Amino acid sequence: MNDERRTIRVTINGQVFERAVAPNLLLSDFIRHEAELTGTHVGCEHGVCGACTILYESQPARSCLMLAVQADGARLETIESLAKGDALHPLQTAFWEKHGLQCGYCTPGILMTMKAFLAETPNPSEAEIRVALSGNLCRCTGYQQIVEAVRHAAALLSAARVAP
Amino acid sequence: MSTRLIGERVKRREDRRLLTGTAQFIDDIHLPNMAHAAVLRSPHAKARILRIDASKALALPGVLAVLTHEDLGAANDPMPLLNQDRGFIYPRTHRAFAPGQVRFVGEAVALVVAESRYRAEDALELIEVDYAPSQAAVDVMAAAKSGAPLVHDDTDSNIACRTTNGRGDVDAAFAKADIVIREELRPERGAAQPMETRGCVAQYDTSSDSLMVWDTTQAPVSARGLIAAKLGMPEANVTVIAPDVGGGFGVKIMLLYPEELLIPFAARRLKRPVKWIEDRREHFLGSNHERLMVHKVELAARKDGTLLGLKDVFYYDSGAYCPYGPINAECAQGILPGPYKIPAIHTEYIAVYTNTPIVSPYRGAGMPHGNFVMETVMNRLAERLGLDPVELRRRNLVTPADCPYDGGTVFQYGSRLIHRDCDYPALLAKLLAAIDYDGFRQAQPGWRAKGLHKGIGIGCYVEGTGIPPYEGMEVRVEPTGFVTVTTGYPSQGQGHQTTLIQVVAETLGVEPEMVNVQAGRTDRFAWGVGTFASRAAVVGCTAALKATRRVRQRALDLAADHLEAAASDLDIVRGRVELKGVPEIGVSLGELAALANPIITLEPGVEPGLRAIDYHRPEGATFSSGMHGLIVEVDIETGMVKIERYVVVHDCGVMINPLIVEGQILGAIAQGLGGTFYEKLVFDEAGQLLTTTFMDYLIPTAMEIPHIEIHHLDRPSSLNPLGVKGVGEGGVMPVAPAFAAAIEDALRLYDARINAFPFGPPDILAMIEGRAR
Ligand code: FES
Ligand code: FES
Repeated sequence: MNDERRTIRVTINGQVFERAVAPNLLLSDFIRHEAELTGTHVGCEHGVCGACTILYESQPARSCLMLAVQADGARLETIESLAKGDALHPLQTAFWEKHGLQCGYCTPGILMTMKAFLAETPNPSEAEIRVALSGNLCRCTGYQQIVEAVRHAAALLSAARVAP
Repeated sequence: MSTRLIGERVKRREDRRLLTGTAQFIDDIHLPNMAHAAVLRSPHAKARILRIDASKALALPGVLAVLTHEDLGAANDPMPLLNQDRGFIYPRTHRAFAPGQVRFVGEAVALVVAESRYRAEDALELIEVDYAPSQAAVDVMAAAKSGAPLVHDDTDSNIACRTTNGRGDVDAAFAKADIVIREELRPERGAAQPMETRGCVAQYDTSSDSLMVWDTTQAPVSARGLIAAKLGMPEANVTVIAPDVGGGFGVKIMLLYPEELLIPFAARRLKRPVKWIEDRREHFLGSNHERLMVHKVELAARKDGTLLGLKDVFYYDSGAYCPYGPINAECAQGILPGPYKIPAIHTEYIAVYTNTPIVSPYRGAGMPHGNFVMETVMNRLAERLGLDPVELRRRNLVTPADCPYDGGTVFQYGSRLIHRDCDYPALLAKLLAAIDYDGFRQAQPGWRAKGLHKGIGIGCYVEGTGIPPYEGMEVRVEPTGFVTVTTGYPSQGQGHQTTLIQVVAETLGVEPEMVNVQAGRTDRFAWGVGTFASRAAVVGCTAALKATRRVRQRALDLAADHLEAAASDLDIVRGRVELKGVPEIGVSLGELAALANPIITLEPGVEPGLRAIDYHRPEGATFSSGMHGLIVEVDIETGMVKIERYVVVHDCGVMINPLIVEGQILGAIAQGLGGTFYEKLVFDEAGQLLTTTFMDYLIPTAMEIPHIEIHHLDRPSSLNPLGVKGVGEGGVMPVAPAFAAAIEDALRLYDARINAFPFGPPDILAMIEGRAR
């Protein structure tokens, strides 16, 4: 219960956020309430549900399991970085077309997890997709339409790579 | 002709903001000068509160207030009883704070408001409360016995309510039966667990004495009425807004949860915006639970399998209070007969208070329990008669020729279970063909000979949907040409915006892009009830259809005047009223909206605007139906169950949007599967909940859910003009009994019996070993 503060610099979606923060501030709270990027959600704060997943130096990470001070100097990506202006990322397009979301609360964490997954596994099987999704809980969809959306996103992404 | 939208796989309007991180969920709301609240919860299942001393907490810098029941005054009076039940003996509802006595671990005792959430949580630890704990009543069957510790000291027993229902002469039916099946069946306790927890933000405006409340509620209109009444404010000065809500499934209506009153109260007292966000552990402890029932069921039949009578006496764990009435028990018995003809039925439910969190509906509201009971006794009867379970069903299904057929029970709001607009034999035939039932049965002996334990199970259900009361809708054409649709009931992910747009745009004759929906804000529309019981499509979309038809007629009449043509010669195409066959002669709806509001020349007695409000109040429930079939293979070394096929055939009437319908079914099955295999809330003897994280309470991941095949059989309902029946909950219902049937079928050699769920590999192994011993 002391009022100690540490100044940290975190780059989120290309923008630098320099803030004096309490050492016990969770990274998820820093992203949501200091950087005011509220697209990243919190479902459990126990590291189980995956709703808070962001990319930490391009790797998926659970922002509820880290302290903000641990991210000092790091480069993060959140859901807000996915679309470029009005142009949706193929993952977003695919989730929209295949009804890969209902309440949408789990969606940002799933999209960020899948972004990293498809970068490493551009042509995944259904079984691989399900394994890759298994760290993200969704209570609404039953996952099937998410699986279809990820497969569709993989197709859209590879079409975009082939296109001149 | 207008563009066809009803029945199309239209992409959802709500998705862009959800996909881009720009939606507004409760914790995304940030107001200037906002304070943060945390709730002190009882650590005891039953205790008297001797003293609360908040002085140390108040001395902590950054702490603004600590509220206890003494601060609330009349606002802390008991919450309303939402459903009267004629069998009530001791109706008892909760209060915001338990005064003097706590009745479950997690019950709210005090509220801290501080400059930050972190600081508010620190302060919780500094509040001193002296409790005098006493023995708690935890298990429902023990609590029901006389002499059990009492949950409410002013009662003689923990039996809150005892209600009997039925038809026909059950004793005579049992007397003439060739065979009677008796079972005790127990669906265990679980919880909805939406991915977003609950939360509330309130802002008080001194100059107008008004409150804005953002609340993760499924029923903002009702919440507003109660908040206003409890705080002694005019309803007109209270606005409740349900923002984007991250899943509800029933747990987000209670009317009221303590925090829904405490946060507005604190905001008004402190004259500062206050936010409270539930954490996951609090959600396990402080939000409602579901599912525990113990059914003692008897089924009487003739040798040929003809059903004669059904008796079901069951205990329902109500938790510490019963603000909903024993609604889950009422629903369980209301759909108990399923699609079968049973001439004589007797049901009795006994709602029991226990020192555990309050029980209220979670997706299905008792119907999955009832379905587990009926389908399980049907399977036991088939086995005793040496009949295939499918054949037994075939002999007892209500057929279209029987309809309308009174199933013999009464569902919610006095709605008799009347079978109509349905074709259960066709559902069954479609299911059997899709899963190749006969092929499986032919191959099964061969697999058994090879030591492969494969089984097939089916589950048949009838789901009560679309219940009263009413919902309302305003449809308004603006001079801009945009059409605004407003209603009271909010969405928690079901895509209501999209389905309403489909109904309104097609009916009116405008492009869907021109239609906007505003829902779940009492400052826009404050009539209606809320989102529950698979009723949004049935009740809400019907209200939208009625209002839109009136707007359409008014537009045609106005245009007829304007164009000097007969209204019957006009049609509305893409937002323009045109002379049929001569499309260059016409007028846009926007222009008509301006003409309908002529400001200076408005005739007396004429309402301005091109708009209409209408309401729909169904007579009773609509009923949907469906059947699931699945094939499993059980590994008798490990007890693991591999799901090879999962096939659904369902009838929800006309589908407004098949994409959304399928999403509802798939999501419901996943929740059913969680309840079947994994999800169980466990208490110790003192009433401590042992499962308070997702590490102990296991929600299925993408790895546990199989691929599911869906087939539609859509018989339009004759009870509403859209022909819809509702689809939100049915998918949950037959999951547990169908799996139980398939696993019992796979383990026929071991005489396996599944009488409770969830059941996991250890339970399955125990059945196998029990037989081997
Ligand atoms: S909020 Fe981080 S894993 Fe659930
Ligand atoms: S869409 Fe609601 S939790 Fe996934």
